Amino acid sequence: MRASEIFLAHPAPPAQGLPHPQTTIRAGISGFPSPAEDYVGRTLDLNQRLVKRPAATFFMTVTGDSMEGFGIQDGDTLVVDRSVDAKPGHILVALVDGEVIVKRYEILGKRPYLCSSNDRYAPIPVSDLDCQVWGVVRSVIHEYPV
Amino acid sequence: MIGLVDCNNFYVSCERVFQPRLAGVPVGVMSNNDGCVIARSNELKALGVEMGTPAFELQQWVRQGRIRLLSSNYELYGDMSARVREVLEEYSAGVEPYSIDEMFVRFDGFDDATTLALARTLYRNVRRFTGIPVCVGVAPTRTLAKLANRAAKKRPEYGGVCVLAGDDDETRHLLEQTTLGDVWGVGRRLVERLAIQGIETAWELRCADPKAIRRRFSVTLERTARELQGTPCIEMNDSDEPRQRIMTSRSFGRLTGEPSELQEAIRQHAQRGAEKLRAQQSHARAVLVFLKTNRHRKDLAQYSPSIVTELPEPTDDSRSILAAAQQALDAIYRPGYRFMKAGVMLLDLVDANREQLSLLDTPDHAADRERSERLMSTLDELNQKMGRGTVRLGVPRQNAAWQLRCAHRTPRWTTQWGELPSAKA
Repeated sequence: MRASEIFLAHPAPPAQGLPHPQTTIRAGISGFPSPAEDYVGRTLDLNQRLVKRPAATFFMTVTGDSMEGFGIQDGDTLVVDRSVDAKPGHILVALVDGEVIVKRYEILGKRPYLCSSNDRYAPIPVSDLDCQVWGVVRSVIHEYPV
Repeated sequence: MIGLVDCNNFYVSCERVFQPRLAGVPVGVMSNNDGCVIARSNELKALGVEMGTPAFELQQWVRQGRIRLLSSNYELYGDMSARVREVLEEYSAGVEPYSIDEMFVRFDGFDDATTLALARTLYRNVRRFTGIPVCVGVAPTRTLAKLANRAAKKRPEYGGVCVLAGDDDETRHLLEQTTLGDVWGVGRRLVERLAIQGIETAWELRCADPKAIRRRFSVTLERTARELQGTPCIEMNDSDEPRQRIMTSRSFGRLTGEPSELQEAIRQHAQRGAEKLRAQQSHARAVLVFLKTNRHRKDLAQYSPSIVTELPEPTDDSRSILAAAQQALDAIYRPGYRFMKAGVMLLDLVDANREQLSLLDTPDHAADRERSERLMSTLDELNQKMGRGTVRLGVPRQNAAWQLRCAHRTPRWTTQWGELPSAKA
């Protein structure tokens, strides 16, 4: 097996930090105060910022344009946390009729719907369908070509 | 009390997390190299498909769309297993992986109600956080925890969680209904010998005199009998069952982050594991390597990674196993952490004699295998005669290119940026 065929197991705590003068860092997944806190030359770790619970966090790629109004564009990367309770207003990854979709969870006239930001897509009434919450989207990563 | 958390149909469940369409469908996971079934969904079991069924025998059902067969995706399973372990570690400092899909969890110092509530929390949260359904069995000993887990899985009235006090009517009832073949560590031959003595259920073994059991059978079986009585006496690595997985691990004398010490530990564990494998005449399909920092040292950075690498073919050759283990270690090792424990687990064992030859088998290949067998048996013989560790392997070649066949492998959803699942907007 070549080295390139072996991949990182989850969790991957090595911090990809950026040098930054004044902040508090915490070590790895556990959130324990790091002994490195006392050191000069502190860093910011995007994992720590975006991934609150590594065991329950998954990344997904967006396909489609129905969520552009919420800042979610085709090709973006979603940070999805399965440990969060879904509440109205959350952006969800849901399973609807065997398909994995990303929508905004809303209550319209006391009934739950999965809504797009784009008028061309009608709100999907949750109760009529075989629908399950897969996880709650905590953030979206949009990379620009540079 | 000790809990056993066992993932239901683990490999298939991992696939289903990312492919909702597989829900309810009979799904099998194949070994990549010899094309037989190594994991089955309940629906596939219900169709009568046995473990080890050659994939070609199922091709007609595949073509008719009645069943789905997938290549194994060890990278995914390894990652999901680490996630399950991590969720458990949120609730207990004592989590010991027993195999890729089974973990012992310490439940010390709780009253009955708290124990049950905690067991239910594990049951609920592992599934919710990771998508993997599990069953939880809790009891005073590992052997009883295994039985509790089995009850949790097989009896719907438990709802996936069974806590056995070990000395009440419920325990008695369960043990009376459990045949010895289903007791941890009691092999088929023992079952027959015990039957001659009139001992056929777990309850009867529990009631037998442990000293007589030791005299007539073995210390190991005496331990099992005592464990059934509720006295813990089996530690992680000393059960003598013909194993479906082999685990070798040890704590370091002191915390270490020294790469050479970690490498040496992994090398020893891999070699010891391979010896055990040969002793029970099995071949392994994959190798899991894990490291653990000390969770009680809250002043130190924590990192407890694990990773699974697949072997190019089922093997008992120390060299292949060692190479895989070392490369796995390289992939997870990070400087700056002080580790308490390292271990190697050999997974998905197959009977060496029953193993099917790979389609890629050539005369060269067969000759290689024969040479390997001779070398390994010489190695074992020398170590037996002259003391363990007399002959050891050095550092293996790093770039032995292994080609894996994985035509039906699902994407590595959680470990490769290029293979993330997609969500439709």
